[in-house]
Amino acid sequence: MIVAGCDIGSLTAKAVLMESGKVISSAVVQAKNKPSASAEQVMQMALEGTNLKQDSIAYVVGTGYGRTQIPFVDSVESEISCHARGARHLMPSARMVIDIGGQDAKATLMDENGKVARYLYNDKCASGTGRFLEIMAQALELPLDEMGSISACAKEKLTISNQCVIFAETEVISLLNEGKEIPDIVNALHCAMAKRVAAMARSIGIEKDVVMTGGVAKNSGVFQALSEALNIQLKAFNGADPQIIGALGAALYAREQAAI
Amino acid sequence: MSIVAGCDVGSLTSKAVIMEHRRILGSAIIKSRPKPAESAELVMQEALDAAGIHMNDIAYCIGTGYGREKISFVQDVKSEVSCHGKGATWLLPSVKTIIDIGGQDCKTMKVDGDGRVVRFVANDKCASGTGRFLEVMAGVLDISIEELGKLSTRANTPVTLASTCTVWAQADVIKFINSGVPIVDIGAGINAAMAKRVAILVNTVKPEGDVLMTGGVAKNVGVVATLEKLLGRKIKKTRKADPQIAGAIGAALFSMEKINTGGEK
Repeated sequence: MIVAGCDIGSLTAKAVLMESGKVISSAVVQAKNKPSASAEQVMQMALEGTNLKQDSIAYVVGTGYGRTQIPFVDSVESEISCHARGARHLMPSARMVIDIGGQDAKATLMDENGKVARYLYNDKCASGTGRFLEIMAQALELPLDEMGSISACAKEKLTISNQCVIFAETEVISLLNEGKEIPDIVNALHCAMAKRVAAMARSIGIEKDVVMTGGVAKNSGVFQALSEALNIQLKAFNGADPQIIGALGAALYAREQAAI
Repeated sequence: MSIVAGCDVGSLTSKAVIMEHRRILGSAIIKSRPKPAESAELVMQEALDAAGIHMNDIAYCIGTGYGREKISFVQDVKSEVSCHGKGATWLLPSVKTIIDIGGQDCKTMKVDGDGRVVRFVANDKCASGTGRFLEVMAGVLDISIEELGKLSTRANTPVTLASTCTVWAQADVIKFINSGVPIVDIGAGINAAMAKRVAILVNTVKPEGDVLMTGGVAKNVGVVATLEKLLGRKIKKTRKADPQIAGAIGAALFSMEKINTGGEK
């Protein structure tokens, strides 16, 4: 039986196809203006390369901020549940999930059985979300997906003292004017972001192992900075794309619900 | 030698005031330069020119504002809060509550009858509710900050911004522009959102008595009108001088106290 999970985020849409508990295909696309259009497109992309059609999928669970607007889902689940479920599937020792998306950041604490015990999220302030990095990449004229490797070349320890994205951007421009090196500035930005997210995670209590999901988890600089800020080495998913964990969790829910 | 001066170097604008016997001889406001020292020199020269005097004629000068430590020609520095309290009381002797919205912060304070600050809260952590918010929004609308203020008077149905965060509110505004909402209604919504955020801060000091607004945003009629509604009290106007120079006035008044007490204070 084929099931699917579809995660419509603010910036990207993700889909995972699953057969007998194994991922057979996945896709990530930039979100369109309409969540329904993003959903159609990402699902088509996931189907491409398989010999499957939309109607071969027995059950689809939707998640993400656009989940209620996906035309083809059988049911919906919250992002919190899906990220916890997906993370736990890949890393059975995981007790905490830190999910940094394009427009929010969430910390979820699970009990020994993987059940969500507590969570906290920030979608009110752009600081500590993917948008922070996006704006800074623009200010520094750097490709967003290279920020991680650029920060690896940092030599001098710099500090960004402002949390507010708007004020931090001004601070970055001052640092550039002072002649500071780009890798050092990028590293400082990752540390600032990690500090903000770590504070949120700490407020619900931290349990090991801690994993990171969402697009920002692909940024090795943030991954490392967050490990340092929490004083716990984050566990990386072996080979799995952290950006599709929500869709993976949704697919796992689909599998469970289709069996009922 | 009874001529004194105050110089307020802010993040966005720099202000200087020349006073003699509690009377303004000259003043100036300029856009701040990247270097505070340069802003100070320039604004002071403009104020001196306006008063028709020279730097040598100044008996004492106090610096204030975020760039105060970098001003080369001052004898002393004072915090912005004390200067605003003092300057606002000179502008409006009956004042009890002061709202000062700067380029990168928002402060609210209560003063006693002598202009001494008795209660004070500030936000300089978040751009929302500071001059920066309006600056970013004016940039999105591609108009000047002055024009943004006037839009409120012509609006029919102001929009409501869902987000407080400047970054998210900016995205809200772009959506309104793209969906063809008239710019006057968007502008009025921006001014109202700004006032809403400022009101939260002001209410924490429990405003009382006469309220005066200092700083550049006092000129934004949209912000002032919404703020009056939210606070349930009138914001007083003063014609004595531009409220934007309140901090510099306070600095000049402190300079006057210094020479009157022989510099012992």
